[in-house]
Formats: sequence, C-alpha cells, structure tokens
Amino acid sequence: MNGPNVVWYLAVATFLFCTGALGVLIRRSPLIVLLSLEIMLNGANLALIAFARQQGHEDGQIFALAVMAVAASEVVVGLGLIVAMARRRLDLDVDKLRTLRG
Amino acid sequence: MILAADAGNVLVWVVWVVAACACLGSGIAVISFSNPFFSALSLIGNLASLAVLYLLLSAEFVAAAQVLVYAGAVMVMFLFVIAYLGGRADAPWAGGPSWQAFAAGAASGALLVEVLVVISLKSSGRLTHEANIDSSFGSPARIGRLFLTDHLLAFEITSIVLLVAAVGGVILGSHSRNPSVDR
Repeated sequence: MNGPNVVWYLAVATFLFCTGALGVLIRRSPLIVLLSLEIMLNGANLALIAFARQQGHEDGQIFALAVMAVAASEVVVGLGLIVAMARRRLDLDVDKLRTLRG
Repeated sequence: MILAADAGNVLVWVVWVVAACACLGSGIAVISFSNPFFSALSLIGNLASLAVLYLLLSAEFVAAAQVLVYAGAVMVMFLFVIAYLGGRADAPWAGGPSWQAFAAGAASGALLVEVLVVISLKSSGRLTHEANIDSSFGSPARIGRLFLTDHLLAFEITSIVLLVAAVGGVILGSHSRNPSVDR
C-alpha cells in the first residue's frame, strides 16, 4: 500500500481517543461531554477501519458501521436527557447532578 | 514509472498528514472551546477529516456513511439542541485549575503513553504487513452483501437498537406541561 501503514493510523486513533477522554473528564457541560464521547467513538472507529484494511477483511468496517449506529442512538438519548434537564430548570453542569449520589 | 509511483506515494502521505493534523487539531478544539456551538462546528471538521482518512484506508462506504450520518444528521441534531438551549458558555478553566483537572490530564496522558508504547512495541512485526486487496474492497456492494449474509444478526440488532433509541428519545422529550407534576 502507498503511504502510511496501519501504525500511523493507530497513533492518530489513540490521540483522538485520549483527547475525547480528556474532554469527558474535564468539561462540565453535558453537551461537550457528549461531543467528546463522539471523538472517543470515532477514534475507536478509525482503529477498526485501519485493522480492516491491514487484514484485508471488511469485518472491521461492518463493526465500525454498527458503532456509528450505536453512537447515533446514544446521541438521541443523551440529547433527550439534556433537553429534559433544561426544561426542568436544572443546571447544565455534570458536577451539580448529585441526586443519585448515595 | 518509478517516478510516477513515488509521486503517488508522496501525494498519499501529504493528504494523510493534512487530514491527520486537521483531525487532531479539531479534536483538541472541540474540548477547548467554551462555546458549545463552536465545539460542535469543530467536531464537524473532525468528522470530515476522519472521512478523508477512511477514504485513504479504502473504506469508501464507511466514509460516505460518516459524512451522511455524523456530519449530516447527528451534528444537525446537536446544533438544533445547542440553539434551543441558547449559548451557555462553559469555560473549561473557570475557577482556576483544580486537582480534578490535573488528575484527568494525568489519566488521559497515561492512557495515551500506554497505548502508544504498546503500538510501537508491536509495530515491527505483523502490523506493518498489509494484506493485498482488490479494487472493490470497501465498496457499497461488498458491504451490503456482508451485512445481508455473514452479519445479518448484527444488522438486525442494530435496527432494534435504533428503534429503542427512537422510542426513548420520544419518551424523554415528551413531558407533562403541568409543572407541579413535572418536578
């Protein structure tokens, strides 16, 4: 194959995953936590597709498409929760949601 | 002939470097903007540059689905919700750096170093060996055939997951207008 081999793609995927993890951990707005979660899922997808190309099977691409469908459903539920929080005049701050804390 | 192959190789590397830098830069931009609207816009750039990387990996159908599903549908939904909620700025470093932020940075940095070390340890052997593929690898016809033969169960489960998510979104979105019941 011309160009970079799978190791370079894996490095980019790792950087993306860790960027998303950092965003999930340090941001307080649930909207940006969801956006960072999308970055993490996309990093995983990039690794799956790089391995699919390296192995010469499309199974990794099938898995990546399933991950995209799961990510879309996760966004629907997450945005529904955020809108419900905003309607009940709750603060959009994940540090202040401590009703479920024991 | 060799010169042409070299030129193609260099072009692939140039496209890869540009797409990877755009990908990492927009990813960092997503988590560092205080306005969620700008974060969502940077995520669109991130998804588009990822689609370029998918094309370089000859995953054409996944690249098209990425642009349609993510950059199209999901991000439009995000932008609608952000517009509905109004611009609530959330400065990432408000109130000074806390120990939680340091711990989060240390945790994700440790994860990054760990995975990179594993990749570089494994990078000499099987990982550099690329399988030979034909020109129809990753084409919609091949993906569709795999979905309807080998991975039929995964396909059906995915559709059920999407149905459940749609029903859950409707239930979360519908609420009683009476605030005394609501709270």
